[in-house]
Amino acid sequence: MSSQALQFLLTGMTVGSIYALVGLGFNLIYNASRVINFAQGEFVMIGGMATVSLIGHGVPMVAAVPLAIAGTTLVGAVLEKFAVEPARRASVVTLIIITIGASIFLRGLAQIVWDKKLHVLPAFTGDAPITLWGATILPQSLWVIGVSFLLVVGLRWFFARTLTGKAMLATANNRDAAQLVGINVRRILLLSFALSAALGAVGGILVAPITLTAYDIGTMIGLKGFAAAILGGLGSGMGAVVGGLALGIIESFGAGYLSSAYKDAIAFVIIMLVLFFMPHGLLGSRGADRV
Amino acid sequence: MHRRTFSAGLTAIVAATLIAVGSARAQEPIKVGAFLSVTGPAAFLGDPEQKTLEMYVEDINKGGGVLGRKLQLISYDDAGDAEKARTFAKRLIEQDKVDFILGGSTTGTTMAVVPLVEGAGVPFISMAGAVVIVEPAKKWVFKTPHTDRMACERIFEDMKGRKISKIGLISGAGGFDKSMRQECLNVAKKHGIDIVADESYGAQDTDMTAQLTKIRNAAGIQAVVNPGFGQGPAIVTKNFRQLGLQVPLYQSHGVASKQFIELAGPAAEGVRLPAAALLVADLLPDNDKQKPVVVGYKKAYEARFKSEVSTFGGHAYDALMIAVAAVKKAGSVDKAKVRDAIEATKGYVGTGGIVNMSATDHMGLDVSAFKMLEVKGGTWSIVK
Repeated sequence: MSSQALQFLLTGMTVGSIYALVGLGFNLIYNASRVINFAQGEFVMIGGMATVSLIGHGVPMVAAVPLAIAGTTLVGAVLEKFAVEPARRASVVTLIIITIGASIFLRGLAQIVWDKKLHVLPAFTGDAPITLWGATILPQSLWVIGVSFLLVVGLRWFFARTLTGKAMLATANNRDAAQLVGINVRRILLLSFALSAALGAVGGILVAPITLTAYDIGTMIGLKGFAAAILGGLGSGMGAVVGGLALGIIESFGAGYLSSAYKDAIAFVIIMLVLFFMPHGLLGSRGADRV
Repeated sequence: MHRRTFSAGLTAIVAATLIAVGSARAQEPIKVGAFLSVTGPAAFLGDPEQKTLEMYVEDINKGGGVLGRKLQLISYDDAGDAEKARTFAKRLIEQDKVDFILGGSTTGTTMAVVPLVEGAGVPFISMAGAVVIVEPAKKWVFKTPHTDRMACERIFEDMKGRKISKIGLISGAGGFDKSMRQECLNVAKKHGIDIVADESYGAQDTDMTAQLTKIRNAAGIQAVVNPGFGQGPAIVTKNFRQLGLQVPLYQSHGVASKQFIELAGPAAEGVRLPAAALLVADLLPDNDKQKPVVVGYKKAYEARFKSEVSTFGGHAYDALMIAVAAVKKAGSVDKAKVRDAIEATKGYVGTGGIVNMSATDHMGLDVSAFKMLEVKGGTWSIVK
């Protein structure tokens, strides 16, 4: 592989890991409620912006990061409690529209609470690029890829080995049956929003040193994460990871070898092809019910 | 006799009424219309512009207004959306019946409004960069910022001094970016510059290493120019260093603010860009004509808003001052007279440079209005 192709691959993996994290967040909520949460990108934004703002107030990074994640988790839970749950008898489409409203609201709020400027976080472990066979990667990219990998592994463990995780799976499978065996479905829904908000926040913090953050980054990153989830198969956990990485790598190679002007178009054309010819995505099973 | 008294009385009443109407009219404010991108992706332009207009309209009113009348600012936020800009401009012209219009933070919003002001015949001073706004000159349209063509020419002049002739372009997808890219392509030949790579990236892109890798692999590359604004150039700069490119990197005046250095961090070291004098107000030699203007504006803005001054706010300052000077000169707000007075602006010393407009030049700046800056030790320095 030429060093140029390797560079495109590394770039694609970094960007793809972020898409995967966002895609996972979509899937968590989709499984628990069949709702596509369009405020997912806003969780990414809040994670990054909250960390920036905490550091700006003199909080050391090691404390700011967990605080920002906790704060975003709370936002996710509040969103579920006060916007989604009161409308739980409404149709899924209504709920999706509620999340779109929530995303606009959160963006506006961020604009007022923080500001309209771009911000950057310091890289966790320096800015000196690492050279690999003629290609370079930033230490921060390794953080992105590494932490995303750990989160994916952790989520798998959570769903396979813990009672709460299994309860979430059961709810995803069959909500009524889950309720019958004594699972508190409402709590599970709350948990799924909190968890995916936390995931989004982690993603937002990890990428802020590379991609910068601002009150309005949520829209595009949310769309790309959604595309990743669709590509991998909506509802499939591994699907989001595979979809995210694939999307990132395709975009990067597309920009490198075809035309950089149509990078975003390449991604969305693929999504349309997937929706036309493989509506269940790469890994989604027909009765898609695995997280 | 009786009759005469009556008619005299009547005349007095009529006269009194006329005077009253006249003075009431004098009290009626001069309406300054504005549409700016205060929120949205171009908020970094619109926000300081809006603040600047508010501050100086207040200031002028405190000093007694213009022609004895107060200024009234009617400003709308188009959020960077050309369609909204059009709607708001229509409202300014038809409902608010403003006397002149300032604004258009971006080239996109400005160009959407041009047909409207041309049709209605309202003096319009834009704060956007692209050369298409004033070329060819349109009767009612003026602008205050430097053009992207001048920025390219200034960069190419600097390259000549460094014996650079083969360059790569990496530009964003926004109106400003595309227009500057085109202008660079247009004037490259004249300056003996050969563009050997020409890449682009999307408005919300977060990684440009793929494009830069392509540029790095282009044969004989000696420098890279990045026409763009927003977060793109900061990321390009970071990626540029990450890939270990050793050639000089030039940014455009679109990112001429401290924020760029903050965002790009140490990667910004050595980056050169053309910018207005305002950015380096304190570094200017004392004999520089612009110094008192830019230092004055900078001090006033920073004292009031507690945030760093930007050249974009300066464009708003220039637009307002040129319009106000024209109203004074015209002695009325008659639209045609004000237009003619704006076109006759000569020797106005503003934050953007010294403005000499003419029938064919509705901007009135030349390349010398740009200073070439280099980032050194985390701050700007003027390249001699």
